[in-house]
Amino acid sequence: MMDKSTFETKSVINGPMHAALKHDSAHKHVTGSAEYIDDIPEPAGTLHGGLGLSDRAHAEIVSIDLSAVKAAPGVVWVMTAEDIPGFNDVASTGQHDEPLLATAEVQFHGQPIFAVIAETRDQARRAVKLAHIEYRDLPHWTDIDTARANNAPNVIEPMTLKRGEPETEIEKAPLRVQGHMYIGGQEHFYLESHIAMAIPGEDDEVTVWSSTQHPSEVQHMVAHVLGVANNAVTVQTRRMGGGFGGKETQGNQFAALAAVAARKLKRAVKFRPDRDEDMSITGKRHDFRVDYDVAFSEEGLIHAVDATYTARCGFSADLSGPVTDRALFHADSSYYYPHVRLTSQPLKTHTVSNTAFRGFGGPQGMVGGERIIEEIAYAVGKDPLEIRKLNFYGQRGSGRTVTPYHQEVEDNIVARIVEELEASSDYQARRQAILEFNENSPVIRKGIALTPVKFGISFTMTAYNQAGALVHIYNDGSIHLNHGGTEMGQGLYTKVAQVVANTFQVDIDRVKITATTTGKVPNTSATAASSGSDLNGMAAYDAARQLKERLIQFAVRQWKVAREQIEFLPNRVRIGSEIVPFDTLVRAAYYDRVQLSATGFYKTPKIHWDRQAGRGRPFYYFAYGAAASEVSVDTLTGEYLVERTDILHDVGKSLNPAIDIGQIEGGFIQGMGWLTTEELWWDARGRLRTHAPSTYKIPLASDRPKIFNVKLAEWSENTEPTIGRSKAVGEPPFMLAISVLEAISMAVASVADYSVCPRLDAPATPERVLMAVERLKAME
Amino acid sequence: MHEAIRFILNGEDVTLGDFGPTETLLDYLRLRRRLTGTKEGCAEGDCGACTVLVGRLTELGLRYESVNACIRFLGSLHGTHVVTVEHLAGDDGTLHPVQQAMVDCHGSQCGFCTPGFVMSLYGLWLSNAAPTRADIESALQGNLCRCTGYEPIVKAAEQVSANRPSALFDPLERDRTEIMAKLWSIRSEMETIVVKKDGAHSIVPASVSALTDILAEEPDATIVAGATDVGLWVTKQMRHLDPVIFINHLTELQSIVSDETGIAIGAGVSYTQALDTLSDELPAFGRLIDRIGGQQVRNMGTIGGNIANGSPIGDTPPALIVLGAELTLRTHAGRRTVPLEDFFLAYGKQDRLPGEFVEKVFVPRPAEDGHFAVYKVSKRRDEDISALCGAFSLMLDGDGKVENIRIAFGGMAATPKRARHVEEALLGKTWSWGVISAVRDIFDEDYTPLTDWRATAAYRSLAAKNLLTRFFLETAGQPQELRRFELEEA
Repeated sequence: MMDKSTFETKSVINGPMHAALKHDSAHKHVTGSAEYIDDIPEPAGTLHGGLGLSDRAHAEIVSIDLSAVKAAPGVVWVMTAEDIPGFNDVASTGQHDEPLLATAEVQFHGQPIFAVIAETRDQARRAVKLAHIEYRDLPHWTDIDTARANNAPNVIEPMTLKRGEPETEIEKAPLRVQGHMYIGGQEHFYLESHIAMAIPGEDDEVTVWSSTQHPSEVQHMVAHVLGVANNAVTVQTRRMGGGFGGKETQGNQFAALAAVAARKLKRAVKFRPDRDEDMSITGKRHDFRVDYDVAFSEEGLIHAVDATYTARCGFSADLSGPVTDRALFHADSSYYYPHVRLTSQPLKTHTVSNTAFRGFGGPQGMVGGERIIEEIAYAVGKDPLEIRKLNFYGQRGSGRTVTPYHQEVEDNIVARIVEELEASSDYQARRQAILEFNENSPVIRKGIALTPVKFGISFTMTAYNQAGALVHIYNDGSIHLNHGGTEMGQGLYTKVAQVVANTFQVDIDRVKITATTTGKVPNTSATAASSGSDLNGMAAYDAARQLKERLIQFAVRQWKVAREQIEFLPNRVRIGSEIVPFDTLVRAAYYDRVQLSATGFYKTPKIHWDRQAGRGRPFYYFAYGAAASEVSVDTLTGEYLVERTDILHDVGKSLNPAIDIGQIEGGFIQGMGWLTTEELWWDARGRLRTHAPSTYKIPLASDRPKIFNVKLAEWSENTEPTIGRSKAVGEPPFMLAISVLEAISMAVASVADYSVCPRLDAPATPERVLMAVERLKAME
Repeated sequence: MHEAIRFILNGEDVTLGDFGPTETLLDYLRLRRRLTGTKEGCAEGDCGACTVLVGRLTELGLRYESVNACIRFLGSLHGTHVVTVEHLAGDDGTLHPVQQAMVDCHGSQCGFCTPGFVMSLYGLWLSNAAPTRADIESALQGNLCRCTGYEPIVKAAEQVSANRPSALFDPLERDRTEIMAKLWSIRSEMETIVVKKDGAHSIVPASVSALTDILAEEPDATIVAGATDVGLWVTKQMRHLDPVIFINHLTELQSIVSDETGIAIGAGVSYTQALDTLSDELPAFGRLIDRIGGQQVRNMGTIGGNIANGSPIGDTPPALIVLGAELTLRTHAGRRTVPLEDFFLAYGKQDRLPGEFVEKVFVPRPAEDGHFAVYKVSKRRDEDISALCGAFSLMLDGDGKVENIRIAFGGMAATPKRARHVEEALLGKTWSWGVISAVRDIFDEDYTPLTDWRATAAYRSLAAKNLLTRFFLETAGQPQELRRFELEEA
């Protein structure tokens, strides 16, 4: 048969790196044929799990009577902690502070105590309601201030970053402001709730389909709970219906429960919590209280900063250590602090254990840093943007490049980004117009703010900065790609496939993207910290590069040409004077017994971190961006509208501009939700009452800025040799939304003629906005 | 009497006689039919991942509306055409223009909400050939996306609106005549349907008079129109309901008649059906309707249901109360009317006797020179439950003095409630800034609101007073309300 690629003459492949390719599953998404775990045909006899939850925030369990549960229609098994064959522990930290099922004590409202396995999910959900559990209440505290008042312990050792002489220098500047700020948490609200399905195998084996960002950790946790070796457990994840950090550690419990029941009952078992249960029993973004003390010049130049970041961590450590660390790493936002001390206080509370969420503490760190800028601006009577520019990190050699953690900022482009955005958004003229508008508008007030982003890229846990990939070329020339990264909508699979297609110079539809599985690539890291394409792109490149090298060496041997005479053209290879279709070369290589499968590996260079000393280079590089937002605020009710947002964002040399723009727009809106309408509210009993979309309000289409201009800084290239000189994009744009909070703040400030810092806490719900308006009016 | 319902699912005629009264359409699609394109995101009608279209015969012909399959009970589907995402693409896999636009605009990321968005956009595409941004956002108010930030989805809606390759391309346009004939035939053979499963009953009465007979025998039955509230009793509280009487198919309850005396709204009129009339007659009421639920909820939910369930935060009662609305309640024995404000007795308790159902609400036509306004305040502007909702109706005499004023609030007490003390203080006074400022604190005598997750008591009290200020400014010709789209844009 004649291979039509013999006649290929195209000059560019479909789907090279840097092309604006659509998401690889887009066609399946719109037809409803993309398979999520609940859509997979269930094996015959599949059972369904339901969870019995604590209805106390903190209590001793006196007795548990599950007889009615066991007798309920359809119930096959009721599982308590005693039924766990291995360890009753799903703590990702190894601190053993997170039981899979509570035993003697419950530590938050909604903590799982038992599980019901029934023939149908409906039967399981109805049966759990029949339990009789007696409690003896213990004192509980659910928020930061109450936790402090009760001398709550830390869930993990706090961290301090220090540079210069903050203790003494803070006294020396002419001006000084002290204050504090509350920053709310955030529910992930991935549209697909957590889910796991386990199918028992031979011997001690089990296969688990888990909606997780971290299949390797699910594998290890399932093995730990079952008391078997890691090699008995295989975890698969094709795609998640959203993750955002909420599926980094939180999927462990559902996978472990399903696996235990599947092993015990020798049937497939699925756990899919209802939305309200998901929101009650899985962790969220940490709420923070920031206590700050800043000394500065009359011009507004920062001299010293001393701040404590206290977090509501929930009942266990989970990821609170690295989250609160990252808050401190970003407390400087984009600004140079000559003398600085930053301290974290990761407090234990009787709430669900808080976890990773896009930005991982960084956003809270930056919101605190930007509050400091606002304080200075109102104290010296200037536009906050002026204060921002005055305090930016400098270029190398300026003496203003060292961070509080002693890493030098080597790739600083924040000033250029801000300058370009200031011009393209017409910031100055619009600010002037807003000042005039506010003079003449008694009720509706406007505000505008331009805020920068500088976000450190790498896991601060150095070991996580590694990735593996597996690439096969089958003898028909088709390519099978697998790597440790997971797809949650961010387009990672597409980007990595582009890398592989680009390396071989074949059309991307030759590259089959396959589900992430612990059986193909072991010991992977979570797809988190925006690192997915940096790490897995490089690992896949490494595998593809090796295979390409083998093909080159084969061609040199077979065609007896110098390697310089070999060139990979789109879907074909020039070997000397001959043009050979890629497939033909592959088939010939197979017959010559060339190994056509390779594993790839990558570890991020240069980084190191000493937490005790608070010194090192935790980040390989920084990603930058800036946003200017304009809002209108109703000072009678505190309601507001976002009128316009302009964004200029740095993704280095974009691997896929369409996907990157999508991450920026989506990240911004998600950040805006966090800072505006998304409010977590616990009642006096410690019950989360905002546990469903009816009560927890993420942005709608009608909440996005009426005018929304988003651009990439196309001139930017990563100064470090990342894949295609691109930069990570998952988390940094989230913090562009700080511009909305600050714009609302300016509108509020107008009621006191901009003489007082509004100290608007987050989320700036209409209520918080109105109360800030009233506070400022009263101060006038 | 029949023992099965009949409907059309995509291209298939379905006769179904084995379902429970609270079995949802979503579970039927996913578990029994393995049509897994329709997703469960929240199971409470707030996220839209389960959006499907339901076609039904109305006065305007066959009308397809987006609905939430997660809270739609099977018993409410008799005589309808259910359309899921699997029905859109051609047999050869060619995407529908709506789907293609979503792909071209990068409208999906994780993809889980996408089928629901596709269906909402499809509903819009079918009904509106040139949607404005306001129309698009309104159609998408009931769909949550956590990945994209919505920009590409709105662009897809704009891009596809004019893209109509040929009438035959679209499955619903192509089969319209045939589907209508089938639905007419189902309707013409209508008899009361009772479906029994595991001892529980779904009842689909043949007519309103059949409904009264059934209620006489089953006075404690749960009456379900849109299920936008009752649905959650089942999906969230796991309540067992039996029997359930479905009334959403009763076109007799779906008339909305406007004449010189006022507007008579049948209890089965959905928010969507009421929107046009109310927007024309009472623009402020129309704007309120647009902020109730999402499009799917407005397509299912009824004003009658909003009243009958007696929620203290129901959005329509405050406005209806200040407009002097009157409720008609009906039983087997006859009808009675009550002023709406007297219907709400206490928290969760209404003046509805066993066996009685709400038949219609009559809204007297406000005087031409009167002022009417209703303001909803919520954490999120759209598709949110009110923190408070205030309605005002005012008539001034020739001297600018208050001749008549009614003020009612939702969210401020255990029921929707008048601010009698404030009204009294204003009566006969000059409608002026000074008087407004002097009476605002009297609201504290009328209301002692609660603190909950929607707002604190302090905020509710303050905002209620400030809404009086807003109303005053509006009557003085200085409207001070944020609107995302000005009227000309909408």
